[in-house]
Amino acid sequence: MADPEIKSYAPRQESLSAAVTESRPAKAVLMIVSFAFLGIFLLLPLIVVFNEAFAKGLSDYTEALTSPDTRSAIYLTLLVAAISVPLNIVFGVSAAWAIAKFEFKGKAFLTTLIDLPFSVSPVISGLVYVLLFGAQGLLGAWLKAHGIVILFAVPGIVLATIFVTFPFVARELIPLMQEQGNGDEEAALSLGANGWQAFWYVTLPNVKWGLLYGVLLCNARAMGEFGAVSVVSGHIRGLTNTMPLHVEILYNEYNAAAAFAVASLLAGLALVTLVLKTLLEMRYGAEIAATRGH
Amino acid sequence: MTTAPAKAGWRFRQPSVIPGFGLTLGFSLAYLTLIILIPLSGLIWRSAALGWADFWAIATDRRTINALEISFGTAFFAAAVNVVFGTIVAWVLVRYSFPGRRIVDAMVDLPFALPTAVAGIALTTLYAPNGWLGSLLAPLGIKVAYTPLGIVIALIFIGLPFVVRTVQPIMEEIDKEVEEVAATLGANRFQTIARVLLPGLAPAIVTGFALAFARGVGEYGSVIFIAGNLPYKSEIAPLLIVIRLEEYNYAAATAIAAIMLALSFAMLLVINLVQTWSRKRYG
Amino acid sequence: MEVRVANVRKEFERFPALHDVSLDIKSGELIALLGPSGSGKTTLLRLIAGLERPTKGKIFFGEEDASQKSIQERNVGFVFQHYALFRHMTVADNIGFGLKVRHGPTRPSAQEIRRRASELLDLVQLSGLEKRYPAQLSGGQRQRVALARAMAIEPAVLLLDEPFGALDAQVRRELRRWLREIHDATGHTTVFVTHDQEEALELADRVVVMSQGSIEQVGTADEIYDTPNSPFVYGFIGESSALPVKVEDGQVWIADRPIGLSAPHAPQGEATLFFRPHDVELVDECNGCIAGTVAASRRVAGTRRVELEIGGERQRVEIELPVNHPAAQKSRVAFRPRRWKLFPTA
Repeated sequence: MADPEIKSYAPRQESLSAAVTESRPAKAVLMIVSFAFLGIFLLLPLIVVFNEAFAKGLSDYTEALTSPDTRSAIYLTLLVAAISVPLNIVFGVSAAWAIAKFEFKGKAFLTTLIDLPFSVSPVISGLVYVLLFGAQGLLGAWLKAHGIVILFAVPGIVLATIFVTFPFVARELIPLMQEQGNGDEEAALSLGANGWQAFWYVTLPNVKWGLLYGVLLCNARAMGEFGAVSVVSGHIRGLTNTMPLHVEILYNEYNAAAAFAVASLLAGLALVTLVLKTLLEMRYGAEIAATRGH
Repeated sequence: MTTAPAKAGWRFRQPSVIPGFGLTLGFSLAYLTLIILIPLSGLIWRSAALGWADFWAIATDRRTINALEISFGTAFFAAAVNVVFGTIVAWVLVRYSFPGRRIVDAMVDLPFALPTAVAGIALTTLYAPNGWLGSLLAPLGIKVAYTPLGIVIALIFIGLPFVVRTVQPIMEEIDKEVEEVAATLGANRFQTIARVLLPGLAPAIVTGFALAFARGVGEYGSVIFIAGNLPYKSEIAPLLIVIRLEEYNYAAATAIAAIMLALSFAMLLVINLVQTWSRKRYG
Repeated sequence: MEVRVANVRKEFERFPALHDVSLDIKSGELIALLGPSGSGKTTLLRLIAGLERPTKGKIFFGEEDASQKSIQERNVGFVFQHYALFRHMTVADNIGFGLKVRHGPTRPSAQEIRRRASELLDLVQLSGLEKRYPAQLSGGQRQRVALARAMAIEPAVLLLDEPFGALDAQVRRELRRWLREIHDATGHTTVFVTHDQEEALELADRVVVMSQGSIEQVGTADEIYDTPNSPFVYGFIGESSALPVKVEDGQVWIADRPIGLSAPHAPQGEATLFFRPHDVELVDECNGCIAGTVAASRRVAGTRRVELEIGGERQRVEIELPVNHPAAQKSRVAFRPRRWKLFPTA
C-alpha cells in the first residue's frame, strides 16, 4: 500500500509542448465558444436575477423582502433546512461508516439505493409522500383519525426535503473514507480507544472538510428545493410556503420585481455556496477526496 | 460480533475489529426504509392496484404520451447539446490557463447551487419576447419562451455541470505522453484528438450524457416557467403528474410516475453498464 | 510477556492465509517474521494484535487466552507500516493518545500525559518536536513517533509491521541499530514483520521464516543461514545454487558420475543439492567433483560470479570465485561444495 496519494485540483501547469497542443487560432475559437456558451447559459440568467430584483429601486426591493409572507417563507426555509440537514448529516456519517469501513454482502446495492434520489424526478419524490400520507393515501385515514397532519404542513415539507437531499453527505464521505482506509482507526483501537473515541478523535478530524463540503451542497439543495416541496406543501401562504415556492407565487401573480427580490436572496445563497465550495476545494482539495461535482 | 456462518464459508460480512457495524448499518437501513423504501413501495403498490387496463388507458392517453415525448425528447436534445459544449468547456478548463480560470470553473457548478425556480424565472425573463435575448431572437422568427425550445434551454442550463464534471476529471488524468507518442508517430493534432483522446473519453462523455439526460427528464422547477405548459405541445411529464394530483386523479399521477421511474431505472442501468464496461476495458 | 500462537488458522473469504501455525515467543525476545509477500507474515502479526480474529486456534499472552479479547484489552503496541499517525494531532498528542482515551482512574492527568510524551520523545531522540505535526516530519522521524506512541501505553507486546519498509536505505540502517538499542533498554517482547532478510538476520534474536501461510523454520540467524531445513529457506535466505542429483549407495550422483559427496543417511532416489555459491572449493582434477563449462562470468563487487553449465542436461549453476582466481579465465571449472544439503525431490 502506498501513502495516500495527494490529489491536487490545480490544472496541469507544465506547458504542453507544441506538438501536443492546439494551434493558437484553434485555441482562441475553443475559448470563445466556451465563454460565449457559459456567458449565455449561466452568467446572463444570474445577472437577470439581480437586475430584475432592483429594477424598481431599492425601496421596492426591501419592501418585498420585509413583507410578512416573505418573512414567513424565509423562516420556513431556514426551519426546514435546520431539521433536514442535521438528520442527513447523521445519516450520511452513519452510512459512510458502514459502507467505507466494512465489507459486506449487498454493499453495492446499498450504495445504489443512496444515489436513488438523484435519478428520481423531484415531483415523484413529493408524489410518493402524497400517496402515503394524503387523504386518499395508504396512511391517510389513520393519520386523520389520530389528528396527525403531515401533508400540506411542515412535516411533509421536511420529509420531501430529506428525500431529495440525503445523498449529498453520504456520497461525499463514502469515497473519502474508503480512500483513507482503516489504518488510523486500527491504530486508535490498538492504543486502547473505544469505537466512539476512534470516531470522534480520529475519523471525524480526518473527514471534517469533506463533511463540510457535503453539508454545504446538502444545505444549498435543501433551501432551494422546489419540485418535491411544491407537491407536498399545498402552497398555503404564510404557512407552508418556502422561499422557492414564494418566488413562484409572486411570479405567477405578475409581481416580477418581488419574485426576483426573493430570488436574489436564493441566488445570493447559491453564490455563497459556490464561493465556499471553491475555497474548500482550493484549500483542502486533497482532504475532500476525488469526488468533485456530483 | 459476526453471526455464525449459516452455510460453510458464507458470511454476511467479513470480520473486522472496527466497531459500530450493526449500529451504523442498522440506522442507515432504518432511515432509508422510512425515507425511501416505504414511500416508493407505496407508489409501486398504488400502480399495481391500478390494474392493467386502467394503467394502459392512462399510459396511452394522448396527453400522457405527448408529455412523455416532450420530456424525453427535450431532455435528449439538451443533453446532446451539453455533450458538445460541455466537452469543449471541460477541455478549455483543463488545458488552457487564462486569468479567472478558477472563477469560470466554479461558475460551472451554478446550476447545482441555484434553486431551480430561480433559474426558471430568470431564463423566462431572458427569453421572453421583450427579454434581453428574446428581443434579439424575435426578429429572426425564433420563439424560445413558452415553446419546447424554451424547455430545451432550461434543460441545457440544468444539465451542463453533469457533463463537464464527469468529463473533466478524466481529461485531467490523460497521460500527456500518450499525446506525445501519437505526435511522434506522425498524427496531426486533429487525428490525435479524434483517434486517441476522444475514444478514451467516450465512456465519461456517455455517462455525462446519461446523467444530464436523466436529470432533464425529471426536471420541473426550471422548466415550468419557460415552457408555457400547453397540453400536447409544451407540457412536460412531471408537470402532468402535478396537474393530475391537483385534480385528485391519484391513479393517473401514479401511473405516469411509474412509467417515468421505470424509464429512469433503465437509464441508471445503462449508466452502470457503460461504467462497468469501460472499467473492464480501460481499467 | 510470553506469547504463544497455538494451531492458528486464518481464512479470508475462504482463501486460507495461514494454515495451522504455532509459535512460541519468549518474554523479552526480539522476533522477526520474514517471508515474501503473501506468505502470511502480516496476517500473523495482525492476529497477535487482535486486528484479525483466527478462524481456528488460540493465541495466549502469558497464561491468558487472548484470542477472545478485544484489541483494546490486549494492550499491544502496534506500529503500522505507514505509521498511521493522526495527521491533525501534534507529535505530543499522537504519543499521548493512548493515555488520553483511558477511562476513570487509569487515565493520567493532562500534565502527566505531557510529561510521559516528552519522556518518550527523549527516548526516541526527538526531543523538542512536541508541537510539530506529522506532515512536518521526515519519514524516519515519523517512524520514531509511531514507535513512541505504541510504547506510551506500556504494551505487553510490541508489534511492528514492516517498520522500515517506507524508508530509504541509509535511514533504514540507522533505525535498525537504534531499534535494537531501544529493545535492549526497554525489554519489550517485540515482533516485527519484514521481507528484508538482512534486516531480519541482523536485528532479531530469532527469525521466523514463512512461506505460503506456513512457518518454514524458526531459529537464530546462524541456524537459519547455516542449516536451512527446507528448499524454500535455502533459496530464500542468502544466495544459493541448486542442482538436480541422484542418491545411490550413499553417494551423490550427477548423471552417471558420483561427485565426491557422500550421503549415507539420505534416502535413495532423486534429490536436489543445495549449496552456497561462495562456499565451494575448486579442484584441479575431477575425480568426484562437479565440472561444468563456463557460460557467463560477471564481476559483482569484490567477487566474480561464474555461471556453469553442467552435464548433458545443461543445468546452470552459479558459483563465486575470488576476483583474481585463475579459474575465472578457464573455460572449464571443477568444484565441490564445502557445505551442502540434499532435499529429496517430492
